[in-house]
Amino acid sequence: MDAVVIESLEPLIAELRSRGFAVVGPVVRDGAIRFEEIASAGRLARGVTDDQEPGRYRLRETGDEMIFSFAASPDSAKRYTQPPRQALFRMRGERIEEAEEEAPRIALLGVRACDLAAIGVQDRVFLGGRHPDPAYRLRREALLLVAVNCAVPGGTCFCVSMGTGPRVTAGHDIALTELAAPHRFVVEIGSERGEEIVRALPRAPASARDQADAEEVSRTAAGRMGRQVETEGIQERLSAHDSPRWQQVGARCLTCANCTMVCPTCFCTTVEDSTSLADGTAERVERWDSCFTLGFSEVNGTPVRGSNPGRYRQWLTHKFSTWIDQFGMSGCVGCGRCITWCPVGIDVTEELANLP
Amino acid sequence: MISHPMTPVVYRVRSRRPDRVDTVTLTLEPLRGDCPPFLPGQFTMLYAPGVGEIPVSISGRSRSGGYAQTIRAVGAVSAALCGKRPGEVVGVRGPYGHGWGVPAAAGLDVVVAAGGLGIAPLRPVVRALLAGRDRYGRVSVIAGARSPATLMYPRELARWSRQGADVQVIVDHPDHAWHGPVGLVTRLVDRIVFEPRRTHAFVCGPEAMMRATAEELLRRGVAPARVELSLERNMKCAVVRCGHCQFGPLFVCEDGPVLGYDRAGPMLAVAEL
Ligand SMILES: Cc1cc2nc3c(=O)[nH]c(=O)nc-3n(C[C@H](O)[C@H](O)[C@H](O)COP(=O)(O)OP(=O)(O)OC[C@H]3O[C@@H](n4cnc5c(N)ncnc54)[C@H](O)[C@@H]3O)c2cc1C
Ligand code: SF4
Ligand code: SF4
Ligand code: FES
Repeated sequence: MDAVVIESLEPLIAELRSRGFAVVGPVVRDGAIRFEEIASAGRLARGVTDDQEPGRYRLRETGDEMIFSFAASPDSAKRYTQPPRQALFRMRGERIEEAEEEAPRIALLGVRACDLAAIGVQDRVFLGGRHPDPAYRLRREALLLVAVNCAVPGGTCFCVSMGTGPRVTAGHDIALTELAAPHRFVVEIGSERGEEIVRALPRAPASARDQADAEEVSRTAAGRMGRQVETEGIQERLSAHDSPRWQQVGARCLTCANCTMVCPTCFCTTVEDSTSLADGTAERVERWDSCFTLGFSEVNGTPVRGSNPGRYRQWLTHKFSTWIDQFGMSGCVGCGRCITWCPVGIDVTEELANLP
Repeated sequence: MISHPMTPVVYRVRSRRPDRVDTVTLTLEPLRGDCPPFLPGQFTMLYAPGVGEIPVSISGRSRSGGYAQTIRAVGAVSAALCGKRPGEVVGVRGPYGHGWGVPAAAGLDVVVAAGGLGIAPLRPVVRALLAGRDRYGRVSVIAGARSPATLMYPRELARWSRQGADVQVIVDHPDHAWHGPVGLVTRLVDRIVFEPRRTHAFVCGPEAMMRATAEELLRRGVAPARVELSLERNMKCAVVRCGHCQFGPLFVCEDGPVLGYDRAGPMLAVAEL
C-alpha cells in the first residue's frame, strides 16, 4: 500500500481502541513529555517542544498546532517491553506456579526511529540467545508500534551517528510524518497489521508534494543533531582501561543510576524474594537493576567494581563496545536520554570524544 | 505457557552430609523424572524458597543419579540451603555454563589445583580423570585449605591417591597435629612432577590463588591456554539476562565459568573489569 495522508489522529486512535488496543501516547505531565494511556487525540501534547541539554530538560510552549515537536521522553518503550517489575513465579509447598502472563494489547503512538532500534536491541537480548523469554515474546507480539518521524531532534540526540534515525525505516507497523500548513500526517505502512488498520481510516493518497514535504522533515532533522559520536574505531578507544579520563568522569558521577534507568536498551535486572506471612507462599520478582549499584558486582562480600570510575567505565564500555562483542550490535541507539537526565550533566558523547 | 528460563524445577533433598563446620554436601533429585546430564565444571542455580537463589557448582553425581552440591554458608541463601534437611525441597535451574576441558587433557600430564571450596567443582574432573586413568600421563592433585579442620573431602583425597593420583595438601594455619607443608597452594607446584610443555591444568579457588597458581604454572612453561580457571562473579540469572556476571565482553554464566588463562589472564589483570 502506498503512502496516504490523514488529517487527524482521532480516527486512528478510535480504530486502535476498537481493536482492543490500549493506546499509549505522549502527554504533558510533571513538566515533561510522558507516555500514558489516552482515550482521544485531545489528550496528546500539542504546541510544546522540549529543550534538552546535559542535565537539563524543559518544556517550552510554541503555540502552534503541532503534536510531535519534541524529542525523546524520559519514558521509553522499555517500560512496556520489559516492565520495571515483573512477577516470575510463586512456590506453594512443593508446587511452582509461573506468573500468569496476560500481555495486554498496547499500541505505542509516537515512538521514534531510535526507540524502534532500541526495541530491536531488546529483541536480540531477550529472544536471540539460547534462553528466549516467552513472556517477553508475548508482550512484544501484543505491542503495535505507531512511529513518528522526528522533526525536532533534541540537543542531546545523536541517532544519525548511531545509524538508527531520524527516519523510521524498520520495526514499525505504521509510521507518521507530521506536516504543517495544512496540518496533516503522511502515513506509511510497515506491516500487514498496520495496513489493515490504515485501510479502515478516512484517508487520501499522498501527493508528490506530501511525500516531498515528509522527506524534507527527515532531511532537516538529520541536519539538526545536537550531538555526534565517531563510531569508527570506537572499540579500540574503549579498550583504554587505564585512561585518566575514567578518574575524571568518575569524580563527577554520583552513581545514581539515572542513565541506566532512562536508557531504552539497558536490560540488567535483579530478583527479589518474599514469603507471604498469611499462607507461606514464596514469591520471586524480577526488577530493573543498574551496574551503578554496589551490590551489582558483589562477590564474597566485596564488589568487583567498588569505585565510581570502575562502574562508569563498565557502563560506557558495555554500551558502546562489549555489547557489540556480545550481541553483534551497539547497545546505544543515540537517543540522548542518559545525557539529558544525568543530574551532573555527564555527556557520553563528550566522554567518548575525550578517550585517546 | 512454555516454561520461563527463570522458573526452577522442584528437587527433593535426598541426603545431607556436613563437610565441615560451615559447609554441607546435599544430594538433590527432581520430584519427577531424571536429573539432566552435566559436564564437570557446570553449575546450577539453587533456590531456597522465599529466600533467594545462588549459583552452586555440581560437585558430583550421587549413586542414585542426583546432583551432589557442596555449599558453604556465607550469607542468607547459602545458609538457608545448608539448613535443608532430607525430604525438604529446593528449586533447581540448569545445569549451566561452559565446563572444564577434560577431553583436552588426554595424553598429557594433568595438574588439578584447588584452593578451599574450589575443590568442589574440580571433584567431577578428578573422578573423570581417574575413571579413565590410562588416558592421561601423571595426574597431580594439589589442594590448599585454611586449616586442617577446613580441608574438604579428606577421605576422597586419600582414595584418589590410592587410585593413581599424586595428592598433596597444604594448610595456611596448621594445628599441633599437622605434619604436612604450610603455606599457599602455589608452593605445592614445586612438589609435583609434570612436563610443563605437555601439561594441562585445572585451577579453582579464590581469584588471587588462581592467578598466583596460573602464573607459577606459566613460569614453569605450561601454555596459557592449557591452564583453565573457574571464575566467580555475581549471578542473578545464569541465562544471559541479568547482566551481573559480565566480565569485559563475556558473560561468565554462559562463556564461563571455566575460561582459559590465555583469555582470562589479561582481563583479570585489569582492575575492576
Ligand atoms: C559459578 C559459581 C559456582 C559456585 N559454586 C559454589 C559452590 O559449589 N559452593 C558454594 O558454597 N558456593 C559456590 N559459589 C558461590 C556462591 O554462589 C555464593 O557464596 C553465594 O552466592 C552467596 O550467597 P548468599 O545469599 O548466601 O550470601 P549473600 O548474602 O549474597 O552474600 C554473602 C554476604 O555474606 C558476607 N560474605 C560472603 N562471603 C564472605 C566471605 N568469604 N567472607 C566474609 N564475608 C562474606 C558478605 O557480607 C556478603 O554480603 C559459586 C559461585 C559461582 C558464580
Ligand atoms: S546510552 Fe544514552 S544515548 Fe545511548 S541509547 Fe542509552 S540512553 Fe540513549
Ligand atoms: S553518569 Fe550521570 S546519570 Fe549515570 S549514574 Fe553517573 S551521575 Fe547518574
Ligand atoms: S548471571 Fe545473569 S547474565 Fe550471567
